[in-house]
Amino acid sequence: MSHLSADKVSVSFAGLKALSGVDLTVAPGQIVGLIGPNGAGKTTLVNVLTGFQSASEGAVLLEGQPLSGLKPHEVRRAGIARTFQGGRLFRDLPVIDNLEVTGVGLGQSRAAAIAEAEEMLDWVGIGPLAGRIAGALPYTDERRVAIGRALMGRPKFLLLDEPAAGMSAQEAAELSALIRRIATEMGCGVLLIEHNVGLVLGLCDHIVVLDSGAVIESGPPDAIRASEKVRHAYMGSAADIDLPVLEVEA
Amino acid sequence: MAPIMQVVFDALSLGSLYALGALGIALIFGVMRLVNFAHGDVIAFCVFALLWPSVDAVAIIFAGNLPWFLLIPFTLAVGAGLSVLSEVVVFRRFRRANPATMMIASFALGFVIRYFLLMLFSSRPKSISLLPGLSQPVELLGARIPLLQLITILVTIAVLIGLTAFLRRTRFGLEMRAAAENFTMARMLGVRANRVIMGAFALSGALAAAIALILGSQTGTANIMMGASVMLMAFIATVIGGMGSLAGAVIAGFALGAIATVMQVILPPDARAFRDAFVYGAVILVLIFRPQGLLAARGTKERV
Repeated sequence: MSHLSADKVSVSFAGLKALSGVDLTVAPGQIVGLIGPNGAGKTTLVNVLTGFQSASEGAVLLEGQPLSGLKPHEVRRAGIARTFQGGRLFRDLPVIDNLEVTGVGLGQSRAAAIAEAEEMLDWVGIGPLAGRIAGALPYTDERRVAIGRALMGRPKFLLLDEPAAGMSAQEAAELSALIRRIATEMGCGVLLIEHNVGLVLGLCDHIVVLDSGAVIESGPPDAIRASEKVRHAYMGSAADIDLPVLEVEA
Repeated sequence: MAPIMQVVFDALSLGSLYALGALGIALIFGVMRLVNFAHGDVIAFCVFALLWPSVDAVAIIFAGNLPWFLLIPFTLAVGAGLSVLSEVVVFRRFRRANPATMMIASFALGFVIRYFLLMLFSSRPKSISLLPGLSQPVELLGARIPLLQLITILVTIAVLIGLTAFLRRTRFGLEMRAAAENFTMARMLGVRANRVIMGAFALSGALAAAIALILGSQTGTANIMMGASVMLMAFIATVIGGMGSLAGAVIAGFALGAIATVMQVILPPDARAFRDAFVYGAVILVLIFRPQGLLAARGTKERV
């Protein structure tokens, strides 16, 4: 049981149900996509999985153990990392410091944090940008910094919250290749929230579709593409269009 | 040549005081979004910590008689200690309060410190002789300046270099820079919030103590209100510098010192009494054209 899973997770905000009975499992090395229309509860689910929000009902299990009551940094130390919409970097700090402070926060010595940060920046392909101020970077590089920061300490699971937002097709394809490497080379389980359905269909091993806080469909990309319920949720009842798939180079 | 250099040294030494004060305020604002109005009273407290409690006009010196190599660490420790104590006893309870509430709490703390001193020492200013050797004049670049003025400038430069190195090169400095920019995110990443905040208070208190030593030696008096004027200018410097920006606070501190000194020289004698009005006028102009301050800290903008 080396999985990360949500077990019948429900969340209510002042009587409004943001999530109701959501089940989801990510295995090591697996890429799971989480899609759904705006307001479906995707980010709320990521918040529950990472300790930012507690579940009203249900539990989050890491390798069979419940994570309830852990604070975000404790969840991070347990091996579940995340990125945020818009990056949320320390924009006044150099790129390397963004990663280093994460390593230090995880309990590493400063020297170890610097060494890992340098290695990680090379690994995500922005080694030469280490000394640049994070807030001055182009958008796509900022995303790589955010991913590099999340990978510090080699987490077992990585939750990416809309990493491709605002990217061109070419940039999204490069990002897809990086995410694939995270899963295959690091053996890290990835949960990908993304509005770019093409990217999700092309990249993920398994896809979960949320609508109004509930899972309406779950399965491999082909099954999701063929699903009437998914089309309906996305396009309304009259939808009869083919969902695009973004090809990813392995 | 000489008068110009004289003005330059005057400006630098006055600016040093404001810069040290502004740094003390900006450090805490950076990590807590708290404008600590008790900072001026911490300065006064550090001076009075060198005296025995008494209501007499003549001060009975206690630690003030220590040789400089003991006097300086003692005063810095008093400042840092009082500042950390104020965080533990007062401000920690207001962590989640809005900035206005925290600011009012800092006013209240300032009053408590001031009236504590009033109770022990009375409101009468006392004459003290602190580090008397420093009033010797020295000749430098054609200007004749008190040794203390030169030391003030050098100490400020050393503090700035030391603080920069500390923030850049130490683990604690790294955590503090991250926390100053986005405290919530730093916490999420496992940065130890309480340690960072206590460190900021300790540094800020030590800076207040440095000002106390300089002011005490410069004026030769201990007065329970002595921190207030520096505090006001330092606060203004923090605002002009861009709240929370350490570099901005220092630059604005020196700029205010320069403006005040230059006004003193160029204003006609009758108008000199209104020097501060002209300085504040300049401040208003800066804020009209750059309301975010000279160097706005990014974290501040994002939070609004």
